[in-house]
Amino acid sequence: MADRAQQINPWFGVGAAALVAALILGTLGIVAFYAPDAGRLGPSDWAAVRFTVSQAVLSALISVICAIPVARALNRRRFFGRSLLITLLGAPFLLPVIVAVMGLLTVFGRSGWVSQLLELVGLPPIPIYGFHGVVIAHVFFNLPLATRVILQGWSSIPAERFRLAAQLGFSARDMVVHLEWPMLKRAAPGAFAIIFAICLSSFAVALTLGGGPRATTVELAIYQAFRFDFDLGKASILASIQLVMAGSAALLALWVSQGQGGFGKGLDRVAARWDGANRLSLWGDTCAILLASLFLLVPLSAVAMRGIGAITELPSAVWFSAWLSIKVALMSASLAFFLALSIALAAVRFAWIESVGLLAIAASPLVIGTGLFIAIFPLASPQECAMVVTASVNAVMALPFALRVLIPAVQDVNAHYGRLSMSLGLSGFALLRLVILPRIRAPLGFAVGLAAALSMGDLGVVALFAATDEATLPLQIFRLMGAYRMDAAAGAALLLGLMSFGVFWICDAWGRRNA
Amino acid sequence: MKYLGCIAGVFAASMAAAETPELVVYTYDSFVSDWGPGPAVEKAFEAECACDLKFVGAGDGAALLARIKLEGARTDADVVLGLDTNLTAAAMETELFAPHSVSADYSLPIAWDDATFVPYDWGYFAFVHKDGVDAPANLKALGESDLKIVIQDPRSSTPGLGLLMWVKSAYGDEAPAIWDGLSDNIVTVTKGWSEAYGLFLEGEADMALSYTTSPAYHLIAEEDAGFAAASFEEGHYLQVEVAGKLAGSDQSELADKFLAFMVGDAFQTIIPTTNWMYPAVTPADGLPKGFETLVTPEKSLLVPAVDAPALRDAALAEWLTALSK
Repeated sequence: MADRAQQINPWFGVGAAALVAALILGTLGIVAFYAPDAGRLGPSDWAAVRFTVSQAVLSALISVICAIPVARALNRRRFFGRSLLITLLGAPFLLPVIVAVMGLLTVFGRSGWVSQLLELVGLPPIPIYGFHGVVIAHVFFNLPLATRVILQGWSSIPAERFRLAAQLGFSARDMVVHLEWPMLKRAAPGAFAIIFAICLSSFAVALTLGGGPRATTVELAIYQAFRFDFDLGKASILASIQLVMAGSAALLALWVSQGQGGFGKGLDRVAARWDGANRLSLWGDTCAILLASLFLLVPLSAVAMRGIGAITELPSAVWFSAWLSIKVALMSASLAFFLALSIALAAVRFAWIESVGLLAIAASPLVIGTGLFIAIFPLASPQECAMVVTASVNAVMALPFALRVLIPAVQDVNAHYGRLSMSLGLSGFALLRLVILPRIRAPLGFAVGLAAALSMGDLGVVALFAATDEATLPLQIFRLMGAYRMDAAAGAALLLGLMSFGVFWICDAWGRRNA
Repeated sequence: MKYLGCIAGVFAASMAAAETPELVVYTYDSFVSDWGPGPAVEKAFEAECACDLKFVGAGDGAALLARIKLEGARTDADVVLGLDTNLTAAAMETELFAPHSVSADYSLPIAWDDATFVPYDWGYFAFVHKDGVDAPANLKALGESDLKIVIQDPRSSTPGLGLLMWVKSAYGDEAPAIWDGLSDNIVTVTKGWSEAYGLFLEGEADMALSYTTSPAYHLIAEEDAGFAAASFEEGHYLQVEVAGKLAGSDQSELADKFLAFMVGDAFQTIIPTTNWMYPAVTPADGLPKGFETLVTPEKSLLVPAVDAPALRDAALAEWLTALSK
């Protein structure tokens, strides 16, 4: 058995997973225990569940389907700026949602660029608000993520396979059947499950672009139970429903993607592709890359253009907040490094462990925050803990993404180098340092960068804890907006975007160096 | 490293008590921000109290009340500042608040005689628009017009709840019909005030639900006279923001002193151009220049605090039904 070959104690990972589960389920339990009598779920709550699931399924499906041609095109074409483009495409995911939504509306809104173009030719503006608006926004956020996960799947097909396929004269169809479909079967369900889970806990995006209370998600219902009715019991029931939905998606995805790709291991050459040389597929790939870039980068440049004027004259409080945000991001990134690595190593033995990570993504930030607040309050001042709490919760929130890219990589290393390592008597730290870490550096860099960037933009958990004079940058942006200072807020948002992107880029570049 | 205090906090709490008395005031986040009244108020009060005034920001008014409920009798707060009349009944139910001894010559458009809560500012909800928009004269006309508006969700936002109460108190049983009329004018519903006002400024809607005082910000801070609030014939719903002292406060005297300071000149002069609301007591020097240009509604609407919770639930159900069609 290949999976016996791993000579690293899996119990660190199991311990880390237990810690994560305790954070998510424990806080939920605390909130439920704090207020045992819960209000009953009414018809409007079930309507919220239905809306949440349908928009999440559709958003995830479209993101994954659109990501496939983009990832394929990026995998088989080499062009100037390709690597920068891959990194840039990740940016929507890293921006705080409200900033990205503003960017999206500058392009697709009622008075956005697209509508202005349509007006020139005498057409009515496009109606962005509604169910489709929610889906468009979610695809905008998650297409890059799906592309990255699937692109990594493509990169995991060894160069030798493509060479062999070319020698055997594979047709485009043969390529799909023998190389690409087995890879997609392994990579796509995981991407779907993650995006589904992300969209489950969406709230501000769904409400704003959904155009009204029709677009009520479960997270909004939780929010209502918490602050409108102060019904913590009901909030915890709704949060459990959200977790069950994400958990089922995770298990389903694991079940569908079962089985190894069976590609064998190559010599880590850069894959040269002989297929796709005909004009049709060249056009197809060019179109895929162009369309995706336009869809993702134009709204981002709108954010940049909106903020560039104000960024030089930002108030000093904003710079202080930026410094605090960097501190949180660094803490979060180091925590994510240890959690993700140890859980991924344990996943070689216990595949189900990945679903623990997925829970984190669907966990309601409001419920986690409230649970932690109730737990910490009798012991210490919650304000003093704001930084630690934000960093840890965000490290946990980044875990699902980290695991999704790390686990397949660790599994590959184990399947192909496990026996050799064992015969050489490598185990423990030496195995980790000499064999595993160098081979999983790319996904690890990606994962750590993601954790850092996500915690930089967090507004969910920090709101309950934030000390008055220690506002992180996202909170400061909200304060600026709340004080009518929309221009300064746009400048600060651009700064936040640049910082999130910068920290992600540094980690990601470290991972992909020489790769 | 500040966050080590998380662990040390338990021990430190028992030791720090002996020094300068500390008054802890819980308030909403925008009050304490660098652009809100918080910093100036802190400076002014500390100059005369020989104490340390510590503001703790917690979301908005409703989140503030939830926070107090979570913390219960063990709360560190001595004063809670930032509830409004939609929340005071629920706040009374917690039995955490103590009566005040403040009296002042309020400039509120209604009579104020609450034994527990002291008002510090107030404002009218209104639809704000840019120049060049042909503003309707009432909510019905707004519903019949082609104007696009952006409002806030009453479940997550104080102004959103304000509009709910506005429609309900002005139209009673006719409220569902008003919402029916408005439903095709509503571009979208946002989580909070900031998003809605942001969308309006970006040109996504002709009008946004805000306050009659919003144009004052543009006029005074940005020197832009191009904004106005539409004046509606049925009257405008009032928001009165209040503060209360907690019964379990360990600085009871200081808390009383703060509430008295709050309706005094120093505090009240800070309010108009930082919180962009009307002061509860007009300062000796009057309102800042520019406030005289604002619309003053002929009629003020306000549901009594005790009736607010019941009315709120009924109005929310109507709102959801009308806008979910």
